[in-house]
Amino acid sequence: MTFDALVIGGGLHGLSAALQAARRGMKVALVERDFLGRHASGATAAGVRTLGRDPAELPLSLEAAETWHVMEELVGDSCGFHATGQVQVAEDEAAMEKLRARVEGLQARGMSHEELIGANELKSLVPAMTGPCVGAAWTPRDGAADPHVTIRAFRTAALAAGVEMHEQCAVTGLSRREGTWIVTTSKGAFEAPVVINAAGAWSAEIARLAGDPLRLGLKHSMMIVTERASRVVAPVISAMGRRLSFKQTDAGTLLIGGGVQGRIHDDGQSAVVDFAALALALDTTRRLFPWTEGLRIVRTWAGMEATTDNHLPIIGFSNRAEGLIHDFGFSGHGFQLVPSVGRVVAELAAEGHTETDLSAFDPARIELERDAA
Amino acid sequence: MFKSVLDGAERGPAVTVMVEGQEVEAWEDETVASLLLRHFGTARLTPVSQSPRAPYCMMGVCFDCLAVIDGKWSTQSCLEPVRAGMSIERQNGAREVEQ
Amino acid sequence: MTTDVVIVGAGPAGMAAAIELRALGLSVLVADEQPAPGGQVWRGVERNNATRLAGALGTDYARGEALVRRFRDCGADYRPETQVWQVEEGWKVFLNQGGKASVATARAVLLATGAQERPVPFEGWTLPGVMTVGAAQIMLKSGGFMPQGPVWLRGAGPLPLLYAQQILALGGRIDGIIDTSAPANRAQALRHLPRALRDWRSLAKGARWMRELRRSGIRMVKGVSEVRAEGDERLTHVTWVEDGQPQRAPAALLLTHEGVIPSVHATLSLGCAHDWNAGQRYLAPRLDTWGETTRGGLFVAGDGAGIGGVDAAVARGGLAALGIARRLGDEVDGDKRAAFEADLSRALATRPFLDALYPAPEGRIPDGLMVCRCEEVTAGRIREAAREGAPDPNQVKAATRAGMGPCQGRQCGYTVSRLIAEEHGIEAGHAGFFNIRPPLKPITLGALAALELPEEAE
Repeated sequence: MTFDALVIGGGLHGLSAALQAARRGMKVALVERDFLGRHASGATAAGVRTLGRDPAELPLSLEAAETWHVMEELVGDSCGFHATGQVQVAEDEAAMEKLRARVEGLQARGMSHEELIGANELKSLVPAMTGPCVGAAWTPRDGAADPHVTIRAFRTAALAAGVEMHEQCAVTGLSRREGTWIVTTSKGAFEAPVVINAAGAWSAEIARLAGDPLRLGLKHSMMIVTERASRVVAPVISAMGRRLSFKQTDAGTLLIGGGVQGRIHDDGQSAVVDFAALALALDTTRRLFPWTEGLRIVRTWAGMEATTDNHLPIIGFSNRAEGLIHDFGFSGHGFQLVPSVGRVVAELAAEGHTETDLSAFDPARIELERDAA
Repeated sequence: MFKSVLDGAERGPAVTVMVEGQEVEAWEDETVASLLLRHFGTARLTPVSQSPRAPYCMMGVCFDCLAVIDGKWSTQSCLEPVRAGMSIERQNGAREVEQ
Repeated sequence: MTTDVVIVGAGPAGMAAAIELRALGLSVLVADEQPAPGGQVWRGVERNNATRLAGALGTDYARGEALVRRFRDCGADYRPETQVWQVEEGWKVFLNQGGKASVATARAVLLATGAQERPVPFEGWTLPGVMTVGAAQIMLKSGGFMPQGPVWLRGAGPLPLLYAQQILALGGRIDGIIDTSAPANRAQALRHLPRALRDWRSLAKGARWMRELRRSGIRMVKGVSEVRAEGDERLTHVTWVEDGQPQRAPAALLLTHEGVIPSVHATLSLGCAHDWNAGQRYLAPRLDTWGETTRGGLFVAGDGAGIGGVDAAVARGGLAALGIARRLGDEVDGDKRAAFEADLSRALATRPFLDALYPAPEGRIPDGLMVCRCEEVTAGRIREAAREGAPDPNQVKAATRAGMGPCQGRQCGYTVSRLIAEEHGIEAGHAGFFNIRPPLKPITLGALAALELPEEAE
């Protein structure tokens, strides 16, 4: 089977790259070892957030933000996105000072997506937050989407664009011959001049198979879902200097996370919840939202995601394996970037270059000696 | 729906509980789900479509008997023996949160 | 708190294991959801044996009191009204006692969590007035509550016969029984009769129930289709189609039962290997002769190991106790082991006969039928999601919310897997089951935050 591009990994980044490459007229196949969205994409809180982004990610994040507001144009579905805004609260003056410095720095560079608000404005924005706060940074155009609706919409759009999709199809080897990658899988061999490595937590493994060993860490952030409750909170809430992400879904369930880590299961392929760690991490939630005390936890989980040294993703051509494009390492905050990173990666696949500055995402910073592999 | 064949000494002591603000006599060792079933024939309205539901399995695996017991929402009433002075309410729709 | 063994469940298997382990000098903590020991089968036996219920509930019920008494005296740390909401390898058992969460550490864990009635959706099964036969029997055992008319039973299996017979013995009334079992199964079952005769007493008991029911004048309906519960806010009628003719009868209670299935949420969540029972269409943990799962130190006994009934549960509890002691370094008394194994073999003699007589129902599930009671997801919606992706229940769960409610898939799990298998044209057992996400039972955020941790977990 011969294609113009083969995408490895059926998470949202793989789907987005496959969709947008196919829209550029490429013949694209996507292989997924498990099923679409099985890992990080299905385990995400689906925050659509420019708030508090690393400056290096901001151009891609602001581009993505515009697309989220017109997501129907890209995938024919809103992906459950609501622009409820995101709030990062400061529980004390020291935290507020950090927020102020950040927002003023952004404004000095001509960026106005973050605003500072005081305690009273915060109170009227989130009346249900009864814990003491001195103020917040606020991004009214941010919000959250539904991860499963998003996966489904990208899948449907990619299929309509002609992407050939193979689930339960595990990659076993990559070799390069005369300008073409030969990718062997559990469902036969695929050939393509360009391979897009969007394998999330397993991206280093794919890179190693391609002769480009990389240093990649793993993240397994835990999430809590409660029973359905009456509507009380609209924006997505985080707190400066705290591990908290708090939102209420369309179904009324509360989704509580913030990066507290689970443990790797002994099969090495999935993560498990560590209740002792989770129990110790509920302080901020209880301080800001004391009424959560009696809410029933219905489900918890830990996703599997690749993380890098400085938490910035790896996006761009491999420096050592020709025709291999890396697209991973989002370190737990890649959901919002799906439309714009897919655009860049598709451009690289189709044109071989892009105008977008990818220097901050160059794989060089995590390359290992080939011998060390 | 249900009526006991036991009486007198066989029946065991009665306890008084508050069901939606009214005093109701219940039996010691009876569960709250049993009382709701006898008293109303239902336990709750679902949070999705506000449909009435009654206790279905009585052994802790269906969660259709969720009720507000002593202010605690979403309590599995089939696992909760009645106790004197207990306050019981049916849970209608998505649980409310007390801010 | 650290003990040698934590047992989850104080039914026949859990009690038998606790007694045996204590006799071997091991420390035991037993956590159970109910206020008194006995499990579902011997629920309330200590209280009921002193009442007129005892005679109607039968000698198989009354004899449970002896084991309960031995259990209460065995020196186990017995925790009634306690939910187990998580088990972690190591072993840690997370308890919830009156809203207070704590962790018990142990060298081995025995899951004796029994069974639940097989959820088989039918039109109207969510209406108030419809409940399981097991639920009605729990009402009987917890206060002598009798069903008030008109009362109908639908389904198949020994339990509806037993329950109807108990109600009649107490002077109660059952208006009709709709038997949903297929007549063809009787021929299949006869092949297993010779083995079943090893336990002729049980067979004779079943035959006696049938005779008494026939003599009682209860309306017996067989070979029907499209059984429905009707009503607006609650049940008012039961309807069915008999010989092509629609039938309708007033009903205040419709009690349903389609057999029982092992409770497997805990073993599934721990990644134990399971095997598919094709005839009964359930998963059961893969166990060695001691009842040890593929996770060393984790044991299962009772109906959770595969449906076997009360005597099999007691025997398996004893065997698991010996197996646990063996794993913890004790020598096993060969005579005891042989005795438990003989008991188990005898208790399981009628099982192939009963399984063939009452296989899992296979009738077509209409698209409009509510499959997931919690999130209110229909069969049609599940089929649609199944067609869109890989044959994986987790994908369907993500797409439809089926299995995401508080029961955590206990009511819809097998039906979802079955619908996926049908859509993909694969065998029922090959569609897998939901990934079980902890907690095993919902726990409040406040209880989790206040979790008392054992020192080594810091």
